[in-house]
Amino acid sequence: MRNIFLFIRRYFVFLSFLALQGVALWMLFTYNRFHRAAFLGVASEVTGSINTQVDKVDDYFHLQDENRRVHLMNDSLLNLLRENYNVPDSGQEMRVDSVRVDSVLQYRRYMYRAAKVVYNSVNFENNYIQLNRGSNHGIRENMAVVSSGGAIIGVIINTSPNFSQVLSLLHTKSRVPAALKKTGTTGTVLWDTKDPRFLTLEGISRDVEVKRGDTVLTSRYSYNFPPNFMIGRIVDVRINKATNFYDLKLQAAANFAGVQQVFVVENLQRDEQIKLQLSTEQKMDQDKKKTP
Amino acid sequence: MNDLIKNIFRLTLFILVQVFVLNKIPHLHRYIVPYLYFLFILWLPFTVNRMVLLGAGFLTGLSLDYFTLTPGLHTAACVLIAYVRPFIINILITKEANEITFHEPSPRGMGWGPYLVYALILTFLHHTYLVMLEWLQFGTFLDFIIKTFSTVGISMLLILIVELLFPRRLKYRTNTA
Repeated sequence: MRNIFLFIRRYFVFLSFLALQGVALWMLFTYNRFHRAAFLGVASEVTGSINTQVDKVDDYFHLQDENRRVHLMNDSLLNLLRENYNVPDSGQEMRVDSVRVDSVLQYRRYMYRAAKVVYNSVNFENNYIQLNRGSNHGIRENMAVVSSGGAIIGVIINTSPNFSQVLSLLHTKSRVPAALKKTGTTGTVLWDTKDPRFLTLEGISRDVEVKRGDTVLTSRYSYNFPPNFMIGRIVDVRINKATNFYDLKLQAAANFAGVQQVFVVENLQRDEQIKLQLSTEQKMDQDKKKTP
Repeated sequence: MNDLIKNIFRLTLFILVQVFVLNKIPHLHRYIVPYLYFLFILWLPFTVNRMVLLGAGFLTGLSLDYFTLTPGLHTAACVLIAYVRPFIINILITKEANEITFHEPSPRGMGWGPYLVYALILTFLHHTYLVMLEWLQFGTFLDFIIKTFSTVGISMLLILIVELLFPRRLKYRTNTA
């Protein structure tokens, strides 16, 4: 017993070094479980308030770009106004009916909330963006984030009362369901960590015709992302001989380094969709057990 | 100025510079990540207790991790160099107490040669461990090697610039106080 105490006293520094290493590695490798509970709850409020102050200065460097993007967005929205169109037949009158489905309820699929980026990085393999809106403002996990120019930025992965964290497209774990605008073929957009200006599109089979300059949009089959938002344009077409799929390189539509004002998009029917999918899977599992 | 207050001020400055300047500079290349914040640990006074040193390393890493959202990554690397630091200093500086008349490691006190070796060894350890932890999650071995050496190069360059731009005033330890 005495020897144990002597040993501990002799190697106390070394043992505490091992203990601290253990704590650090435990935090690193259990990140997914851990960050929800302890790490972000308090920390995000502290770093968030510092980030907000710094961001006030940082804003001035991006004003011109931001202004141009907002102007273009306004331009595209103005073009959609109903006053721009003539009704071809004089006997007809176009009306927007408040009843859109066979039900008295109006329904709405996507809801947009404005938010501002307070911290952002592009230099790492795993980049996150911090927004100045949190659960107090109705932001929840799995909402999509779109830049002021209408390009996909990422998806919300965590919220605190006043701030939220975005998993940027520039993250090794980012997977965005995408589709080619021309043919509607679906694939997955991810990032190869090499250059923040370029993304990779995978899962497009070789028999689909793909050209340089083709537009890649978000897919219609995503629960998180609203359809037909710009992800990027194809700049390099290569064929992977091993898999017979394309390796497509995209020029990202969003300028991740200069992103400032964003929209957080909520899919109001997401819960229902997920519930339906889960119950379907359950049903199929039960059927499998019944018929061996 | 009191050592504690001075070092708290330094830590805040290093973390802020790392987070809001170095992490935000436009993307140069995927192998180049400028790190400077760990210079805080290199600059701590000689007299610091080894346990306090470990604690300071842990705190430095953790506060950077809070900003970069990588809990544990920088913490692990900082604790490692905080643990190794006393050994390196013992090797590089002759043991006789009357020779250690200066307060903290600096090129003026130690001489440029030993100081740069001291900085290089700890920088190398810090980056190797850091990049290795990242590499465990993804990437190839070649990436790991290249990234380690390129980040060490960049960091040494930054340290050299900082030492030339902000020469610290030497406080000689005397027995009159």
